[in-house]
Amino acid sequence: MKEIRIHARAGQGAITTAALLGYVYFLEGQYPYAFPHFGAARMGAPMNAFVRVDSKPVRLRSQIYEPDYVIVVDATLMRGFNCFSGLKDNGIAIINEREGVEIPKLSVRQKVFSLPANDIALKHIGRPLGNTALLGAYAAATKEIDLQHLIEAIKKRFSGKAQEANIKSAQEGFDFIKNKL
Amino acid sequence: MKEFLEGSKAVAEIVKLCKPGVISAYPITPQTHIVEELAQMVANRELNSQFINVESEHSAASVVLGAVAGGVRAYTATSSQGLFYMAEVLFNIAGMRLPLVMACANRAISAPINIWNDQQDSVSLRDCGWIQLFAEDIQEAADLHLIAYKLTEDKSIMLPVMVCMDGFILTHGIETVDMPSQEQVDKFLPAYKPLYKLDPENPITMGPLVDPVYYMEARYAIQETMVKNVLTLIPKITADFSKVFGRAYNGLVEEYRTKDAERVILAMGSVCGTIKEVIDELRAKGKKVGLLKLTAYRPFPVQEIYEALKDIPKVAVLDRALSLGSYAPLASETKAVFFGKKKKPEVISSFVVGLGGRDITKDSIKEIFRLLTAKERACEFIDLKPELLKENYE
Repeated sequence: MKEIRIHARAGQGAITTAALLGYVYFLEGQYPYAFPHFGAARMGAPMNAFVRVDSKPVRLRSQIYEPDYVIVVDATLMRGFNCFSGLKDNGIAIINEREGVEIPKLSVRQKVFSLPANDIALKHIGRPLGNTALLGAYAAATKEIDLQHLIEAIKKRFSGKAQEANIKSAQEGFDFIKNKL
Repeated sequence: MKEFLEGSKAVAEIVKLCKPGVISAYPITPQTHIVEELAQMVANRELNSQFINVESEHSAASVVLGAVAGGVRAYTATSSQGLFYMAEVLFNIAGMRLPLVMACANRAISAPINIWNDQQDSVSLRDCGWIQLFAEDIQEAADLHLIAYKLTEDKSIMLPVMVCMDGFILTHGIETVDMPSQEQVDKFLPAYKPLYKLDPENPITMGPLVDPVYYMEARYAIQETMVKNVLTLIPKITADFSKVFGRAYNGLVEEYRTKDAERVILAMGSVCGTIKEVIDELRAKGKKVGLLKLTAYRPFPVQEIYEALKDIPKVAVLDRALSLGSYAPLASETKAVFFGKKKKPEVISSFVVGLGGRDITKDSIKEIFRLLTAKERACEFIDLKPELLKENYE
């Protein structure tokens, strides 16, 4: 079983990110369970989305406290609280970097990857929605999912220009991390 | 076909296959994505149904009451405060013996205002004459809707069914669901043929004033239908369901690793998944633990609970709702099953967990098994934060 925790603010597309990631695992024949946890029910409030995935149907319904992977959609959240709490010893964090917010140093075996996902999104989508770039980065950093499956998931979710832009965004996020490895 | 679907979306797709003629809902928090999806389907002309947007849940319930009284299959969904606002009408729907299916996305009740999951809403309405079925996962929530329509429209039942699914955990969760085809659904659920309806050509009165000469018999008839007909029919319907769709449910209770168990938890809803996970872990360490999952809360399957638990030494009843000032609801009813019986558990302890969205972790369940000792516990709150209980008005 693998557990992924996404940190974002309400309105930044964390649920879509979890749904896309879950669908990629579904395409790969796994049994994902993607779910949100809202804080205060308003735009901008910190919230989490989660994906728990296994080779058999997931029964555990609690939130995720010891993730294998963490995705930080909004780096300003790292100022307020520890987005990496409980991250596994060999865990991987993927951060949407932001000027003025320091990337923390984690333990030796934990890996941190950061990328300018909002800039990538601005370039392709025209809006700072870095979610698909982050998922591209996730595919490269964790080697858990196939980029082609991610593209397939984006094709199912978006249509027209948004589809094309998000595929480019995912591809660039993927390449950005791949070139760092 | 297997699909990766949000709980609310899966339910909406199933309801679409059941072809309700009328859907009514009030679009405000706490509503569900279920009716949002259905409204979209009607607007897209994928579903030939009348979607009636109303000004309150009281009206939503009244509209579907009217629709079924007029001889049409109908549907609505609600949650929390919305369910409470419907309460008066819900008693009427049951009292008028109208077949209806409604989803309740289980959420906490104000005050304090809380949008998150527990089961206080539907549990508080246990006495309104509706059959209540609780789902463990999204597949079951979808399947229970099919079972519910078949049940409610049976001429020996004619009582409404509430399909209860945990808010957020199942309504907003996304997982793999095996969706049936229209042909399968049509085979299982024939078109609705009303036993009686409002018709200007053949006028009848429904829900009239009934004086003391008749009232008790009307209530008695509901009680008899509940405890006799419904409890007998559900397993027959789930057997038919299994033949068409290939998934087996008992529909009343489900025993999980209880055969040689020394300690068993009784629970309902999505927490049963977490409990099963903990049971497998503890069983691997040689601990004899099990789960009795309750699907039917109304009618309460007294005989099935008795058979499943009579030889279990220690039973923990897990409530996600309260009856403030008394024992927890599910616990007191479980104890009533065994009162005066020769064979019964030595201990029936009561635990309250996961109110207002407090997360229920594997540790919460392990704590319940740890506290399930010879000392019987009443209404023991799990994961309580004592530091928040200190009062200071200075």
